[in-house]
Amino acid sequence: MAADQGVYLYAVTRDEGEEPDGLEGVVGAPVGRLAHRGLAAVLSPVSLREFGEEALRRSMEDLAWLEETARAHHRVVEAVARLRPAAPVRLVTVYTGEAQVRELLDERHDAFDAVLRRLSGRWEWGVKAYAVPAAAEQHPASAEQHPTERPTERPTERPTERPAEDPAERPAEGSAGRPVERSGRAAAGAGAGSGGGAPGAAYLNRRRAALRGREADWRRAAEHAQAVHEALMGVAVDGRRHRAQDPQLSGRREQMVLNGAYLVDEGRAAEFTRVVEEVAGRGVAVELVGPWAPYSFAALDHDGEAACGDGS
Amino acid sequence: MSASTRSGPYVPGASAQSSYGGGRDSANLGDILERVLDRGVVIAGDIQVNLLDIELLTIKLRLLIASVDTAREMGIDWWEHDPWLTGETQQLAKQNRKLRRRIAALEEIVATRAEGVRAHEPEAVERGR
Repeated sequence: MAADQGVYLYAVTRDEGEEPDGLEGVVGAPVGRLAHRGLAAVLSPVSLREFGEEALRRSMEDLAWLEETARAHHRVVEAVARLRPAAPVRLVTVYTGEAQVRELLDERHDAFDAVLRRLSGRWEWGVKAYAVPAAAEQHPASAEQHPTERPTERPTERPTERPAEDPAERPAEGSAGRPVERSGRAAAGAGAGSGGGAPGAAYLNRRRAALRGREADWRRAAEHAQAVHEALMGVAVDGRRHRAQDPQLSGRREQMVLNGAYLVDEGRAAEFTRVVEEVAGRGVAVELVGPWAPYSFAALDHDGEAACGDGS
Repeated sequence: MSASTRSGPYVPGASAQSSYGGGRDSANLGDILERVLDRGVVIAGDIQVNLLDIELLTIKLRLLIASVDTAREMGIDWWEHDPWLTGETQQLAKQNRKLRRRIAALEEIVATRAEGVRAHEPEAVERGR
């Protein structure tokens, strides 16, 4: 191997089957494998001029480069994972030669073996839940009947920013939200305000109730997100709650309240999807993305055991 | 399904179909970066890419997707003051908190006065609008 040639590692799999035809890795290099003791490292040659420490420090700052590299990495991982269990490796894991990769497969053989056993026949599903803000509910989707227009028995008690809720939601709201805890006084104050006695007080009461309403919305969404997570865990083999994505990344204005990853048996994917649909709504919008190669469940345990109890 | 459409303009069922196969090239870049940078097996390669050395774009991306706690453990906390990352939100949030406190204080005063007025003019409640 030439002095400036390195090896880029995508994933570790078992030494079975073949690589997909014509699979290209980062910088368009052909993807191959290095087999050792029943394991196979999926890799491609890279120039250390481009994937050396100095160069990577610069190019990782370049979003275009990063995107291209990330997509190439991901493409290889997915292509291989579709054929056989694969443990994806983090982006830009680079070795100076194949001997070092062989050493890795040798040293961590048992850990990789355990992880691959755990991932076999399973996929990762991403489930994101977003708090549906009152503002969004004020612009209801097309044909939806908007509950705001629905007359309430004590209109002044419900602040204008607040009541855009599903009627079906009311019972749950009492426990989750405590929406108008000072209802007696608030109602009296608002009544007086609309009577012309103190319009300022009425306005401020509405404002305060609206702020409280948003907090209640948020709390309710967060609690519901936990319930969604628990329901999904009932079907999934394993699950992780990742940090919620910033709106810049999620591309949605609503606050993400759940960024979950779930390891699901191939045979239960339809059931999992059904549960996602069942738990959607009620103050959260749910997004299902997948299936993915099991990125979130590929961590190697240090002593070579599978990281979670389920090793079957 | 009807339950989910009610929650907002978003329809989970439709999304599940459109985004099914997140593995394809069309997958959301944020989702991909989150996975390839933040998950997956971490093995020390021969080429050390020290995230602490990557000061600009990637770290900022990481902070959007990685755990803030992890970042703090790594000794990175400057994003809390970084205008690129936080924009004006930090300041707005601060201002917001300040204003909220003031509003709450004012509301208390106004509400107390309103009650005082009502005590003297009980018919004001009945009069309605």
